[in-house]
This record gives sequence, C-alpha cells and structure tokens, in this order.
Amino acid sequence: MVSVDSDNPAPAIKAQVEAGNVTIDVGDVEYADAIRLCDEGLLEPIDAATLPAAPDGTPAVDDFLPGALTECAVSTIVFSTIFAYDTTKFPEGPTTVADFFDLEKFPGKRAMRKGAKANLEMALMADGVPAADVYATLETPEGQDRAFAMLDKIKAETVWWEAGAQPPQLLADGEVAMTTAYNGRIFGAAVGEGKPFATVWDGQVYEYDLFVIPKGAPNKDGAMEFVKFATSTQALADQAKWISYGPARKSSGALVGLYQDGKTEMAPYMPTAEANLTNALASSYEFWVDRDGELNERFNAWLAQ
Amino acid sequence: MTDQTAPPGLGAESLTTADGRPLKAALHRAQARAKRRAFLLVLPLLAFVLLTFVIPIGIMLFRSLNNPDFVSYSDIDSGTEIPVMQNVQAWFAANPQGTEPDEAAYAALAADLVHLKEIKAQGSVGTRINYVLPGSRSLFTSSARDAAKLAPPYKEAVLALDEKWADPAVWQAMRSSAGTITGDFYILAADFERDDSGAIVRTAEKERIYLYLFWRTFFLSGLITLICLVLAFPIAHLLATLPLSKSNLLMILVLLPFWTSLLVRTTSWIVLLQQQGVVNDALVALGLIGTDGRLTMINNQTGTIVAMTHVLLPFMILPLYSVMRTIKPSYVRAARSLGATSWTAFRRVYLPQTLPGMGAGVLLVFILAVGYYITPALVGGADGQLISNMIAFHMSKANWSLAAAIATMLLFSVLILYWLYDRLIGIDNLKLG
Repeated sequence: MVSVDSDNPAPAIKAQVEAGNVTIDVGDVEYADAIRLCDEGLLEPIDAATLPAAPDGTPAVDDFLPGALTECAVSTIVFSTIFAYDTTKFPEGPTTVADFFDLEKFPGKRAMRKGAKANLEMALMADGVPAADVYATLETPEGQDRAFAMLDKIKAETVWWEAGAQPPQLLADGEVAMTTAYNGRIFGAAVGEGKPFATVWDGQVYEYDLFVIPKGAPNKDGAMEFVKFATSTQALADQAKWISYGPARKSSGALVGLYQDGKTEMAPYMPTAEANLTNALASSYEFWVDRDGELNERFNAWLAQ
Repeated sequence: MTDQTAPPGLGAESLTTADGRPLKAALHRAQARAKRRAFLLVLPLLAFVLLTFVIPIGIMLFRSLNNPDFVSYSDIDSGTEIPVMQNVQAWFAANPQGTEPDEAAYAALAADLVHLKEIKAQGSVGTRINYVLPGSRSLFTSSARDAAKLAPPYKEAVLALDEKWADPAVWQAMRSSAGTITGDFYILAADFERDDSGAIVRTAEKERIYLYLFWRTFFLSGLITLICLVLAFPIAHLLATLPLSKSNLLMILVLLPFWTSLLVRTTSWIVLLQQQGVVNDALVALGLIGTDGRLTMINNQTGTIVAMTHVLLPFMILPLYSVMRTIKPSYVRAARSLGATSWTAFRRVYLPQTLPGMGAGVLLVFILAVGYYITPALVGGADGQLISNMIAFHMSKANWSLAAAIATMLLFSVLILYWLYDRLIGIDNLKLG
C-alpha cells in the first residue's frame, strides 16, 4: 500500500493513470473529483454489492447514506466546512453564518479557504438565502454577484488559507478572530488540545469524502480488500473515535462512542448530528463538477483585484 | 597556405605523414576524433538535459496547443485511441460557421451521444467543452446517460432531454473544439474568449486576471531585483574588501541561509511578520505602535516582497562579490590621487567595473523571481500572488492545457526580456565569477 499525503490526490491520480505509471492504491477524494475521475475512466469500478453488510444483515447498498455510493467510489465520512471563532475574543460568540460577514458586530480578522467552493454557499446563506435555494441562486449571474458582494464586505480583513491545517493555526496564533475550517480540525484543536475555539454550525456546508482506486493500481486486490474493511460498519464507527467526522453508514451511527480521551461524547460534534443540521447545506457535486472552473476563475480574478 | 608556399611541381600529395597518408586527411581525421571524444564527454549531460529539460518543455508547449479530447478518447484499458463525436464533426465540415443546427445536426449529435455512452467518454468530452463554455459538462454527461432513448425527430428529442442544446454557444464551443490543435487556451490565457458567433472578444471585466497577474509578476520581480541590488551591493563590497579571516565569517552568514530550505526560510518570515509575531511584539513592547495598531506585514504583497528578497539575496551577492574581488583597489586609489572626489572615483572607476556582476545578479534574480511559486503561495495572501500560482492552480484542477498555455506565455516573455537584455547590455558582459 502506498500512502500519499496530499490535500487533494485527484490531480495526482489523473496524472499517474494517464501516464500509465500508477503508484497510488487507494485515494481519498472529494465527491466532485470522484465523479469526474470516474467519468473519465480513470478509476476502477467498485461493486457496491461486494461491500460488507451491516451487522443486522442490511445490505451495504441500503446501509450507506443516500448518495454515498457511486460507481467507482465508497464514501467513508461526512465532513463539513463550518466557521469557528476564538472564544477569548468573543465570549458571547457569533451564532449565525451572517455574523461571520458582520465586521461591525464582530470586528477582527477572518480567514477563509482560497477557493470558490463552500465560500460562495456560505456567503449566500449569510445573505439570507435558504439552504434549499442556494444552488439555484448560484446558477444565475445575479446570484453569483450577490455572493461576491457578500465576500466583498470582509475581503479587506480576510486571510486566505489553502491547507486544512492552517485555520486552527491561524486562530491559535491570534492572526484571525474567526475562520472557516473543516469541522474535524477545529474539534481536534478545541477538544484534543484544549484550545479556546468554538464551532458555529449554522450555515455549514457538508459533503462526503470517498475512497477510490485508480485504474491500474499496483495492488488492486489488496486495495479492494482495504476499502471493504475500512468502510465496514465497525471501522467507520471507530474512525469517529479520533476525529469528529460522521460515518457514511447508518449502522455506524449507533456505535459512535467516546473520543479517544475516554470522556468526550462524539455525537454532538458530528456534522450529521440533529442539532447541527438546522441550517445546513449538502454540497452539490453536480453544481461543482460543472461550475468549478468558471467560479474559481472569477474567484481568483476577484481576489487579485 | 601549404599549397601556396609549396614549390611549383610539388603537389599537395607530396605532403604526407610518416605512414604515407596525405597530411590534410590525417589532420581531418585527428580533428574528427577529437570532436567525437569531446562529444562523448558531454553526451551524458546532453542526454540529461534533453530528457529532463528539452523534452518536458516541448511536451508542455505542445500540450498548450493540442487537446484532442473532443476528437478522440484514449481508452486506458485497451490503450487505444477511439475517435469520438465523428458525426457532429462531419456536420461541421459540411456546414459553414453560422449555420443553424438542423435535424441532421441533432441526429448526428444523438448518434455521437450514444457512442459516448458506450465507451464512457462523455466525461472527457464534456470536460473539454466545459473549459471553453463553463457549465456545459453536465449537459454531456446527463444527455449521454439518456441518449439511447432518443428517437426521430432528433431535434425535438434532444431538446426535450435538455433545452440547453439549443444554445448557439454550445454549438460554437463544439465547433471551435473540433480539432486536435487549438488556440483556445491561449485565447483564455490572454483574458479573451469566443462569443456565440466564434469571434474573439475580451472576457467580462470581473473575470480578467491573467494579463494583470503577468503585469504584477514582472513589476514585483523588478522591484525585488532592485531591492536585492541595493542591499547586496554594500555587502558584496564589504566581503570583497575585508581581510580574508573576517570576510570568510561574513561569507558564512551569507551562505548559511542560502543552504537552508526555502520552506524553512519562508515559514520563519511568517513567525517574524505575523500580527502576533516577533516584529509586531517588539514594536508594541517598545511603545512604537499600540496593540490595536499592529502592522499587517504578511499575507499580502509586503510579505511576498520581504520573503522573496531575503530568499533571492544570495543570488545577487555571490556574482557581485566574485566580480568585485577581481577589481584592484589601486584603480580607485589612482583616481583619487589624480584629484577625483570619492564619489566620482566610485561612479566613474569602481561602478563600471562591477557592471558584469550586476548584470549577472540582476538577470539571475529577476528570472528566478518571475517563476516563483512557493513563497508567494505561503505569504502572498490575496494581492501577493504571482502568475505561477495560477499555473499551479490550473495544474491542480487538471486543466493542463490552460496551465501549459500560461506557462508558455511566461517562458516567451522571459525570453523576450533576455533578448532585450542582450541587445541593450550584451550577454557576453555577464560574469558569474
């Protein structure tokens, strides 16, 4: 097994498969990338019927959350882009996604991921667009203008991060007062390391992370076995012991227990917890597969101005 | 020469080597042997440069012009190239630009979509069109999914599947992509695009970025080069004039950061310059600024300039130093003794002699700066990004043709600057040591 440490192995998979020199056995990619790579014939199909059934006998196809299984990919976790703040700076704390864009009520630097995805959705939700209408709005030029106008409000005060490890660091350094982040990173810093960070779930944008096997993987059979093992009910529940990412199987939910410290209940920290889903948006891969190039182009241009 | 001086009657054939061969041929042979030997000696280097430099750059240049994804699909399993979208291309060939797509066009499209679905090429074809017409990828993937159900009349059937097919922009995008060689990526890289009729127009103002970033890259690189020159000149002079024992120590101070990893140096600047960083803390402690007035020196253009200047400074110091070492102090002394003020002696005698070193340093630093990527990515924030960050971005988004087109433009603009430098200053004046 070859493990490649990368924030996004999708370009590496494409390059390796096209060059006919594959060293990656299993990749962990985002939904839009899994679909795109699969469409282009760069991934091994994974037959969902061969995945292990739930302990009660429910076949895997029914046990996984809706949309979690695709032709070439198996979801492992649900992760979410949330925003977090430094509790020493805001004891009262922001509570809605609109507060993130409100520099008057909550002064201080912000940090956001350097990219269009999730930022534009959060901006629209902060502007009062209901989660259900976000992508329909973002399809229109007016909707895009609206999202960028919202980002304009905080542009001058914003630091842009690229790797998931940066936001907790920026918060810890006091470089920013609030930042968008992947929920597990903030959980790790707050609960794991006792940092004074709090997560705001309002306006979260969640999506699946998926395991894929590149076409021509050197240990294809071993990779297949690994994927089957790692996406079994128990394995998915066990991973939640280390970080607050929700398992993609329904049957794993009940088995999620305590954090590795042995006292923190994990359930409330999951993106899929009932209380965290009151104003949440499921990231639309269909939208991003199509619009990724265009909106990132505009985002980059907007950023450079 | 030999022929002219030889006495009449004695031909060139009389000049022979000891074993009786004509001298000319023997000389020729000896020279050829020497040349062959020299060639064999450089062969490993030549092969290395060819394999790791010339060929990859050639492939990159080619990729920026060549994108056959709309014409053929390379099947990974069988390793073959399968032609795709043949019927639509035949229709394009038979009907000139501007023809309204008719029933025959939609029939061709339907047949092609069925074929795409069969060989699972709808993704790569859709991605290709999506590059020139954002938002059209799913048009291909979703239409191909249901293409098998299509029945005549095809126009209505296809439009019932997705009415976006009626958009002339879609047909224009397919027409302009219907070839293996395309200039589309250069059009995009120069902030232009094609409108519905195929004419090349500027992109909307809010989406223009590349030309501006090129300008910024050259401006910042020039500025960094200038700062490097100003900072390096006195250091190099000091190094060249101090006694050896002291200058060696100083040299180590120059070389130590030079040998340190680029990432380490860049992240050290983050620690120093950030708002809660060393510099700001020191300024607050000294009472020069208030806690609320902490300076923003990182994650913006300032951060890029400071960190890049530091990283590139040795590349300016070293050539300057090696040239300054060879300048005899007696020249300046002679100028002084002939009545020149110290400023005049410096300006008219010393400075001109350092020009080859300055030329080498300036060229080295500028060309390195133009292609810089890691440092601006880490400390550049929004307004400290350079064009290479855009190249990296498109590489990561797997739009290699656009990345290659921007990279090619960067390569050629550097070559033009190099040519200008050669015309104005002369490349043979360059001296690295």
